[in-house]
Amino acid sequence: MERQVGTDRVKRGMAEMQKGGVIMDVVNAEQAKIAEEAGAVAVMALERVPSDIRAAGGVARMADPSIVEEVQNAVSIPVMAKARIGHIVEARVLEALGVDYIDESEVLTPADEVFHLNKRDYTVPFVCGARNLGEASRRIGEGASMLRTKGEPGTGNIVEAVRHQRLMQAQVNKVVGMAEDELMTEAKNLGAPYEVLLDIKRNGRLPVVNFAAGGIATPADAALMMQLGSDGVFVGSGIFKSENPAKFAKAIVEATTHYEDFALIAELSKNLGPAMKGIEISSIEEKDRMQERGW
Amino acid sequence: MINIGVLALQGAVREHVKALQAPDVNVIVVKKVEQLDEIDGLVFPGGESTTMRRLINLYGFYEPLKKFAEKGNPIFGTCAGAILMATEIVGQTEPHLSIMDMTVERNAFGRQRESFEARLTMEGVGEDVEGVFIRAPIIETVGPGVKILSSYDGDIVAAQQGPFLACSFHPELTDDDRMHQYFVKIVREQQAIEA
Repeated sequence: MERQVGTDRVKRGMAEMQKGGVIMDVVNAEQAKIAEEAGAVAVMALERVPSDIRAAGGVARMADPSIVEEVQNAVSIPVMAKARIGHIVEARVLEALGVDYIDESEVLTPADEVFHLNKRDYTVPFVCGARNLGEASRRIGEGASMLRTKGEPGTGNIVEAVRHQRLMQAQVNKVVGMAEDELMTEAKNLGAPYEVLLDIKRNGRLPVVNFAAGGIATPADAALMMQLGSDGVFVGSGIFKSENPAKFAKAIVEATTHYEDFALIAELSKNLGPAMKGIEISSIEEKDRMQERGW
Repeated sequence: MINIGVLALQGAVREHVKALQAPDVNVIVVKKVEQLDEIDGLVFPGGESTTMRRLINLYGFYEPLKKFAEKGNPIFGTCAGAILMATEIVGQTEPHLSIMDMTVERNAFGRQRESFEARLTMEGVGEDVEGVFIRAPIIETVGPGVKILSSYDGDIVAAQQGPFLACSFHPELTDDDRMHQYFVKIVREQQAIEA
């Protein structure tokens, strides 16, 4: 009986197991343990959280492998890490380190401004950001096993993630409602592979899970994204930029599980201390918006 | 009509709901403790066992789930679900719900890159059962009352103890619903005994 690794089912299935959960950005073992203790389903090992990347400027790259290993050794939940868009070697290095999922991420400075990674080449599964169904379908076409909204990372402002999730849902619903003979033109208009749209049309949904990411700063933000149909949430700067990370992390996890229990979310939101300050999107110049990265 | 619940604190719930479909089965997504009174059998889905355990404690599911099992109600755990059911977990001082007499080892095949698919032979279920193993545990040893249903490469990957069924892979991720229908049969038989 032969053992097959890296199949679509194994890669996409891994993301299915994360549904209803929260994936947290961490920069060291201590934060990773706080995240696991709070009930995170996975952690994203980084050198700096997005708001610090934004503040620092310059080129943002894959984390130092020693940070990734430190986090891997600290927790038993899955560990993800970010590679630059199109950076084949960073992705291979992370795969060699044994990370459980790679985020080909616009939070880092892109290494290639034309091509994304051919994610089918790898045994390790990938998550990619998408603002609309065209981007989402291209990433799926390249072999992404999980999607997330791009939002606007490191801002603590939910508005972009909401925009991306709303648009994605509307576009998926449109495709599902279309006749099959209309799909090729829709594929052309969206810049989407036809086969991916056909799959969506026939199954009534995206073939991979779609999490919310980029700007989630409070338990209510996390619950909002679940209400809008997200399969789970990524929280980057929100948790460890707050005053009481352990309490904040637990509150986000609970709000994500029980996103329809508003009395509970009210309780969770009490006395959390100030959330991260946040940035108004219009104050960021277009060239500095991370969501514009990726093609 | 029988009512089967899927514990929906975190993980792959929708897939189990689909795989359990049968003309005489009503599937209930269980998010609140009170719902345990409405069901004849329960599925613990795949997901992250540490996360699920924290949510079990947080929402007061721990004692009610233990009682549900003590009454002999059938339970089926896949992957993380099997870990929740074990009496012993390698490397951990405490088990979770301690429902089924077996020792499990978490992430026994390695990390995600070692996750795999293979065909299995399973007693009472059939040949060529599709096994999707994702950061999967193995059942290291089982107690005297536990029947081994399937092994892969010398490791136990499915077992049954009376009304309790556990497997280390994810039948819910395939179109092969034989394992779920085997569990539905266990629930039906249990109902017949009680009647």
